[in-house]
Amino acid sequence: MELFNFQTPSSVAELLIAKANTNAWLLAGGTDLIPQLKEGRRKADLVIDIKKIPAMNGISELEDGTLRIGAAVSATAIAQNVDAIRSYAALASSVALIGSRQVQNRATLGGNVCNAAPSADAIPALICYDAMAEIEGAEGKREILVEDLFTGPGRTQLNPTEVLISFLLPLQSERTAAAYQRFTPRREMDIAVAGVGSRISLDADGKIIAARVALASVGPTPLRAASAECVLMDESPSSQLFEEAGVAAAQDASPISDTRGSAEYRRHLVSVLCKRTLASATNELLQDTWT
Amino acid sequence: MSKEILECSVNGEQQSCLIDRRDTLLELLRTRLQLTGTKEGCGNGNCGSCTVIVDSQTVCSCLMFAVEAQDCEITTIEGVASVGELHRVQEALIKHGGTQCGFCTPGVVMSAVGLFAENPSPNESDIRLAIAGNICRCTGYEKIVKALMDVADPKGAD
Repeated sequence: MELFNFQTPSSVAELLIAKANTNAWLLAGGTDLIPQLKEGRRKADLVIDIKKIPAMNGISELEDGTLRIGAAVSATAIAQNVDAIRSYAALASSVALIGSRQVQNRATLGGNVCNAAPSADAIPALICYDAMAEIEGAEGKREILVEDLFTGPGRTQLNPTEVLISFLLPLQSERTAAAYQRFTPRREMDIAVAGVGSRISLDADGKIIAARVALASVGPTPLRAASAECVLMDESPSSQLFEEAGVAAAQDASPISDTRGSAEYRRHLVSVLCKRTLASATNELLQDTWT
Repeated sequence: MSKEILECSVNGEQQSCLIDRRDTLLELLRTRLQLTGTKEGCGNGNCGSCTVIVDSQTVCSCLMFAVEAQDCEITTIEGVASVGELHRVQEALIKHGGTQCGFCTPGVVMSAVGLFAENPSPNESDIRLAIAGNICRCTGYEKIVKALMDVADPKGAD
């Protein structure tokens, strides 16, 4: 490993000054960065540890009910957080799929997102909940939807001076549920061949008034399945409807064929997982009244 | 200027050592502190042989820089047994033959110690999940799982 400087800033302001250095890499959980540095796939003049910055650590509920999750919060901390489990269950369960328990104890939500793997397990749930990314850089602060963050495999629209500080998960309407499921040949320690996150919100009559379907591992970035969402809108949950949404989601996917699966197989997985996640969300909302 | 002083506690003993910033926690433990019970398998977080406990959390010590352990409490396999008495996880692995070549065993023990500290009565699925990041190419896991089930419920059927 090449020599590098190491800094541990204690505020975002200090971090932004350090980040202005050329070739600085942020160290959050390190579960991706450290192997990359070891294997020479990345070179850093400066490694900046962000785990001592209060604004990037911790989970808190804001006055308007938004849940704010610091970018440097670990997968385990999210999976065990009572507010996340209660109100954003699809996120709490999807972060518990990342690597092993040892990895989850270090790996962070910000790292999973900024690494921008199309297969990242935490991203579909964030998209389903309309999560915003709070970004700060030389030109000030901005907030964008997580779904708009990605520009390609491993690429985000953050400019070199910018840092993702936290995630803002808006308060969900009362009758809302979401689920994320992925398909992997091995149950643990594997990368999704395909993954689907779905969220539905129902009105008092049981009609779907909001729907999100987000796809992993079936495109150059995590994708939103717009036509599947259109199928669901203003309808009442039924297995026939979810079947149709699954077919639409498979069309929204743009998978490639690789060692993990063919494009055709991945489309099939998307339709099945879409159906299953919608059924799981609906079961949660309607308990035993819907089958 | 790639050196710095690291202060941390390892197996209850306060340590102060001069480290290179590029050192992983694993290198610190094995090379500087001569705690060679922690093994290096893959070096990239896939195999779990290097599992140690840092501030009550299991981690792959190959995936952490030593500098990140500043002021942390670290427990390695050498710190698991009390003087003259093995940890019940170790006892159970011996009783059930949950080890063959032994290379993965320190990591398996650390993951299991971490699991029981968090959940004293895990079920089989909790146990399999807790050791999912510990690769064993000898046992096929059955005897490891059996041993850990015995720790979880010593009165359960053998």
